[in-house]
Amino acid sequence: MSPSSGVRLHWRDGLRIASVGLRARPMRAALSALGIAIGTAAIVGVLGLSASSQAGLLAQIDRLGTNLLTVEGGTRITGGDAHLPREAAARIEHLEQVAQVAHTALLRRDRVYRSRLTPVTNTGGLQVRAASANLLTVLGTGLARGAWLNDGTARVPVAVLGATAARRLGMDRIHAEQRIWVGGRWFHVAGILRPSPLAPDTDVSALVGYPAAREYLGYVDVRDAQLGGAPGSIYVRTERGHEAAVQSLLARTANPRSPSEVAVSQPSDVLTARAAAAGAFDSLFLGLGIVALIVGAVGVANIMIISVLERRSEIGLRRALGAMQRQIRTQFLAESILLAVIGGVVGVLFGILATALYATSKGWAVVIPVEAWLGGIASAILIGAVAGLVPAIRASRLPPTEALRTV
Amino acid sequence: MNGDIVLQLDHVAKVYGEDPPVHALRDVSFSVRRGELAAIVGPSGSGKSTLLHIIGTLDRPTSGVVRIRGVDAAGLSDAELSHLRAGQIGFVFQQFFLAEHATVHENVADGLLYAGVGAAERNRLAHEALDRVGLTDRASFRPSKLSGGQRQRVAIARALVGDPAIVLADEPTGNLDSTTGASIMELIHELNAGGATILMITHDADLAAQLPRQIRVLDGQVVSDVTRAAAS
Repeated sequence: MSPSSGVRLHWRDGLRIASVGLRARPMRAALSALGIAIGTAAIVGVLGLSASSQAGLLAQIDRLGTNLLTVEGGTRITGGDAHLPREAAARIEHLEQVAQVAHTALLRRDRVYRSRLTPVTNTGGLQVRAASANLLTVLGTGLARGAWLNDGTARVPVAVLGATAARRLGMDRIHAEQRIWVGGRWFHVAGILRPSPLAPDTDVSALVGYPAAREYLGYVDVRDAQLGGAPGSIYVRTERGHEAAVQSLLARTANPRSPSEVAVSQPSDVLTARAAAAGAFDSLFLGLGIVALIVGAVGVANIMIISVLERRSEIGLRRALGAMQRQIRTQFLAESILLAVIGGVVGVLFGILATALYATSKGWAVVIPVEAWLGGIASAILIGAVAGLVPAIRASRLPPTEALRTV
Repeated sequence: MNGDIVLQLDHVAKVYGEDPPVHALRDVSFSVRRGELAAIVGPSGSGKSTLLHIIGTLDRPTSGVVRIRGVDAAGLSDAELSHLRAGQIGFVFQQFFLAEHATVHENVADGLLYAGVGAAERNRLAHEALDRVGLTDRASFRPSKLSGGQRQRVAIARALVGDPAIVLADEPTGNLDSTTGASIMELIHELNAGGATILMITHDADLAAQLPRQIRVLDGQVVSDVTRAAAS
């Protein structure tokens, strides 16, 4: 006879043998794979959702542009809020590489009410701002309903509501009788804005034209009653690629006498930071997923040990048919890995499905990081191998005579 | 002449445990020639199961030599012994040990699974083996759909499929009623007439008496080895 060191099985035979136990008891196999599936789905879902929400934020940043700079009054050296000079906006407009400048001014005394009967203290945290006509263009904010202020409506008691303000006032449509009570008189509501991520202040504001603010709300500069007020926030669109150059000049340009009292910021930084935070995994859910995987692994190990005990006679028969110890070991190890991989693949598919559904409902791009699904399947293989190792070794070490003994 | 001997046992002994040692086999020596049909017969506890395991290379003797086709089993590794079993020894068990989720044909073909035979060849040989036991028409059935006698025929076909040097049948009629058992015995005789070497282990002296040669075992020792001169 040939002094063979063993015959290798064809991979197709190997796969068939590895799936014997699963086919014989499909319900049990499904339940023990479920633990792995839940864990993998949780991990893939968490990674997929955070990547998708990050992609959503990055897309938003891209749409809004990073070339918007905000100039506001800072803090005086002596304490207290500093105001921008009245002519700050006009001076900034003269800077090279500045494309557009818009501004708003907060009317500190006035509040917005649904009707004249609303108690004065029920302000809803809403504010009144005078806005320059080009505000929407510069901020990239859209209109949800109605119309923006024009030359005519900027002079009469007409307001446009920010997204949050409209929601708090319970207004979701525009009609002729839609009014708000501001500064002791009715203002017609001409339009409602979409959310404005680069200038969150406008979201909680009722916006009126500068002429209307002067005429009906007594908006005057604290220093010069004749000339009208100074802007509170100046929004500067720079030419692309020149943000830094413009940013370094803004404070000096806005207030040459005391540049230190000017606060310049780049609001897209906040969104970028939020995107970075969204990319960081939700460690709680990731932890839960890992716990589910561990529990699943214990389940698989448990099932494999029971399986080895139950299938003693099969092991004995295979040994009698000429299976080597290591072929028995491989069979049970492969069965365990197969079980875990089935769970892993099902879990990955569910994780992807959950991510796709949620991301689509949020309008994000669906992003499944490669490391999520690849890692999910790889960890399933690893779990199967670890969980199946001890049962497989036990099966292979079972003496054939004992395996064939019937009780 | 020596080439005709497929199985040879020389002074085989098997001792279990140490305190006190149990002598399951003592100084067992006999040989089986190609084409023989022999019974190892003895009451339960006589050591015949141990003998079956040692002949089948599923267990190693404490001392003595077991040769299958002249190869000393003691010198072989697990892989080599497995290969020997896959190619040279066919087993038939009292409990059949069929895979319930596989078809009759697959059960028989799996007799060659570990022998290094390709799938197409396995299928062809399985078909032939089923033909020899008269079950070609049941090839696609599950074992659960078969009667006890038919199941044992499947198990016999599985043992024969690789044309082994020797078939070891452990109480092959033990789980069957007498009529079915008789038909299995008939099949065993037929297969032997066709050239198969078969060694049957049984506690049933009447059954053993039907075979040309009877090796009687008692208390781990061969007490008689009788070969009938002429077959009935």
